[in-house]
Amino acid sequence: MAIKNQITMRIRSLSENVGIARVSAAAFAAQVDFTLNEIEEIKVAVSEAVSNAVIHGYEYQDGEIEITMTLYEDQLEYIIVDHGKGIADIALARQPSYSSDPERMGLGFAFMESFMDELYIESEINKGTLVRMVKKTLLTTEH
Amino acid sequence: MNIVTSLKRGVLLVKVEGELDMHVATEFRETVDNALESSGVKHVLFNLEAVKFIDSSGLGVLLGRYKKISGLGGIMSATQIQPQVLQIFELSGLLKIIKLYHSEKEALECL
Repeated sequence: MAIKNQITMRIRSLSENVGIARVSAAAFAAQVDFTLNEIEEIKVAVSEAVSNAVIHGYEYQDGEIEITMTLYEDQLEYIIVDHGKGIADIALARQPSYSSDPERMGLGFAFMESFMDELYIESEINKGTLVRMVKKTLLTTEH
Repeated sequence: MNIVTSLKRGVLLVKVEGELDMHVATEFRETVDNALESSGVKHVLFNLEAVKFIDSSGLGVLLGRYKKISGLGGIMSATQIQPQVLQIFELSGLLKIIKLYHSEKEALECL
């Protein structure tokens, strides 16, 4: 699949950067004919993935998060990578209402899954986590 | 995020402006909890007209406040919720526990 456009961002694992990440994700998505609602969905999904890296991956400690946004002919892909503590049980973490914190809803992965067309998670303890999310773009008819 | 609390007819009114994510979660929680304690009231109405974004971190704070408020025997409700925020409320199941109103006036008349 040919890459039409790509941006890679490296951010520190700070809560203030979660907003910057999702706004960047929305700006990148704006080059495709998405509806405003679809752009909002992308913002939530990216916000969840980056929040997870800050909260769970690095446990609020300093670290680096890499966000790669790629536009292909028929899809938009977001890859969020951290080098934090990793997820012990991915299947368990993906279940709605699973959270290691009582004040949290444990809906992070559920939102990523509902709002994107594909969600792939790869993680290794003490190595880090990779989250890959894909949103299909509408196939535009040629004139 | 900007958050203003006031008292109206024995209801704690919380007007929130901005994006409710993990960056503001602690401040949001503490402001509401402090206002609840200092006012001594038990019903809380959130005005969400100026909330343009919420994710699971913001929802978590609302859920935590719901547990606290219902523990006090109070009712938690919200008004002027924006469509994108409403979608998140629906998906999370929060709509089952929070009553929504069109306006502050309508909410205060019902509480």
